Amino acid sequence: MSKPERKVPSAGREPERPVRFSTVSDMEVAPLYTADDLPADTAERIGRPGEFPYTRGVYPNMYRGRLWTMRQFAGFGTAEDTNARFRFLLNNGQTGLSTAFDMPTLMGYDADHPRAQGEVGREGVAVSTLADMRALFAGIQLDRVTTSMTVNCTASVLLAMYLAVAEEQGVPWTALGGTIQNDMLKEFIAQKEWICPPEPSLRIMVDMMEFCSREVPRWHPVSISGYHIREAGSTAVQELAFTIADGITYVEAGLARGLAVDTFAPRLSFFFNLHNDFLEEIAKLRAARRLWATIMRDRFGARDERSLRLRTHAQTAGVSLTAQQPLNNIVRVTVQALAGILGGVQSLHTNSLDETLALPSEPAVMVALRTQQILGEESGITNTIDPLGGSWAVEALTDRIEAEARTYIKRIDELGGMVRAIEAGYPQREIAEAAYHYQQQLERDEKTVVGVNRYQVPEERPPDLLRVPLEVEGRQIDRVRRVKRERNGAEARAALARVRAAAEGRENLMPPLVAAVRALATVGEIADVYREVFGVYRDPAWL
Amino acid sequence: MALEGRRLRVVVAKPGLDGHDRGAKIIARALRDAGFEVVYTGLHQTPEMIAETAVQEDADAVGLSILSGAHLTLFPAVIDELKRRGGGDIVVFGGGIIPDSDVEALRAAGVTGIFTPGATTQEIVDWVKTNVRARGA
Repeated sequence: MSKPERKVPSAGREPERPVRFSTVSDMEVAPLYTADDLPADTAERIGRPGEFPYTRGVYPNMYRGRLWTMRQFAGFGTAEDTNARFRFLLNNGQTGLSTAFDMPTLMGYDADHPRAQGEVGREGVAVSTLADMRALFAGIQLDRVTTSMTVNCTASVLLAMYLAVAEEQGVPWTALGGTIQNDMLKEFIAQKEWICPPEPSLRIMVDMMEFCSREVPRWHPVSISGYHIREAGSTAVQELAFTIADGITYVEAGLARGLAVDTFAPRLSFFFNLHNDFLEEIAKLRAARRLWATIMRDRFGARDERSLRLRTHAQTAGVSLTAQQPLNNIVRVTVQALAGILGGVQSLHTNSLDETLALPSEPAVMVALRTQQILGEESGITNTIDPLGGSWAVEALTDRIEAEARTYIKRIDELGGMVRAIEAGYPQREIAEAAYHYQQQLERDEKTVVGVNRYQVPEERPPDLLRVPLEVEGRQIDRVRRVKRERNGAEARAALARVRAAAEGRENLMPPLVAAVRALATVGEIADVYREVFGVYRDPAWL
Repeated sequence: MALEGRRLRVVVAKPGLDGHDRGAKIIARALRDAGFEVVYTGLHQTPEMIAETAVQEDADAVGLSILSGAHLTLFPAVIDELKRRGGGDIVVFGGGIIPDSDVEALRAAGVTGIFTPGATTQEIVDWVKTNVRARGA
């Protein structure tokens, strides 16, 4: 891939505008791409849809076979509140569920813990015990939907609860489909929800991967996520590189456990961000597939085609939305979602226009879901498989993003892998630098955000926002205390002791966890076992 | 920033459980680049921890960043804890996902500067320059 060159003669034309022609990641792009920008082996590097290296998509017929799964992330208040939102979304044509938990649940505190104060049910649903999980999925047959759960350091506990609810519904685990995020490396890199340090976090994750490959074969035990890395301020290349490097670490951890690569790699899934820069995002997704397929084949010797295919969920970039003139966010989300579809994603969340102000209101969620339906069923873009394949600009950008990501991955390998790189603060600092660089560009007006640094207007009243009443906290505290009071205390304590024994030894944690949540052990109690056995990770607070 | 012979000291803190530190880190760097002495607490701080840091570090101001929606609980709690430690005169400002309708309640609780999405680092730096004086000066 050549450096950007000026190939358009300017004689007799308008001179170029005096701006830096670069992506939102500040990658400079050429004024024109031609066949000369592509290497001789381009046809092979692009391949055909559904064939190695999957640049054009993981399936031969892509959206002509099945549209992507429309999966809106939802959760607030109590389990009953969120259950109502789930039913609203399913009734409006959504095809999969996606659960947002509140901060205490995500960090391993029960609603009645002092650290949970003010946070219960506020940015997700509060789940402290199996009673909450049961209420969350009440009336939803778990073999009829696929469910995504966004949870990481307490993922093992929430998965155990989901399995227990399935059992109560009479649904066999083999019939369960879905995904649990469970990507701890990107937590240390970007999202920063953690309990214990990286090594034991990785052990818990591998336990889940191993357990699911045997007992819950249609489940994705990890969603290797670039989304949060990008939201934290990375460039598109960093998002791709760090995500793939995280994936490499998970594969190595599985192999170190003695698992054969093709027994668990087919169930690895991904989650990428869809930011504003249209071609950069499309190229990023195409580069991701080619990179992963090549690494899985050449570095890990995977032979099963399913191990080579990078299947991904994507979400439009929350960080790109503006509080100013919020209706404009509908347009941003549309462009971002379009990039995701042209980039070949398998599942998609579109953000709601009011999300810089609060959790999404019902009318705002409806527009976001309708955006996907309009793109999927009105725009015609799904009729043709990978319609942008072969575009000189798209293929050249794909090559370049792949090459730059490979350079980062090599650097991380040289540092001793992602865990060592995280301990050295390498990805964290790279992201903070990129975030600061972008903020400075914005403040110098080198980058435009419509309504924020250009085209401002006196602001109208913000749209009607969803408010989670403070009383929710009191109700949830009462509920968890009641469950603890009414359960068989001796049984819960014995079950927690078995979790502790497994944590201290080498036994897989999942079977004792399922038993513990059945005995109504709480998220906080189990997290306390993790804290005691594995230790607590603290923010190194790098600037 | 040579007021009273020393640079003004600002503690930038992340109360609560959310891990969204992009904003806090950008503000911390911008304040540092503008000549302030900045102490960044890191994530997952309780109000007690933040107040303790502010008093120990002899801070002139505390900047709070929160994106989990818990600002109505946690911002006033930080101010209470500061008062309890004799730091009631430390200027407290903050930002995050804060709806307009919550701004008055936060001001009433003693959060003197509130910055919502779209605020520039320059606005915040200017505000700190105008509104923060060395304690005891």
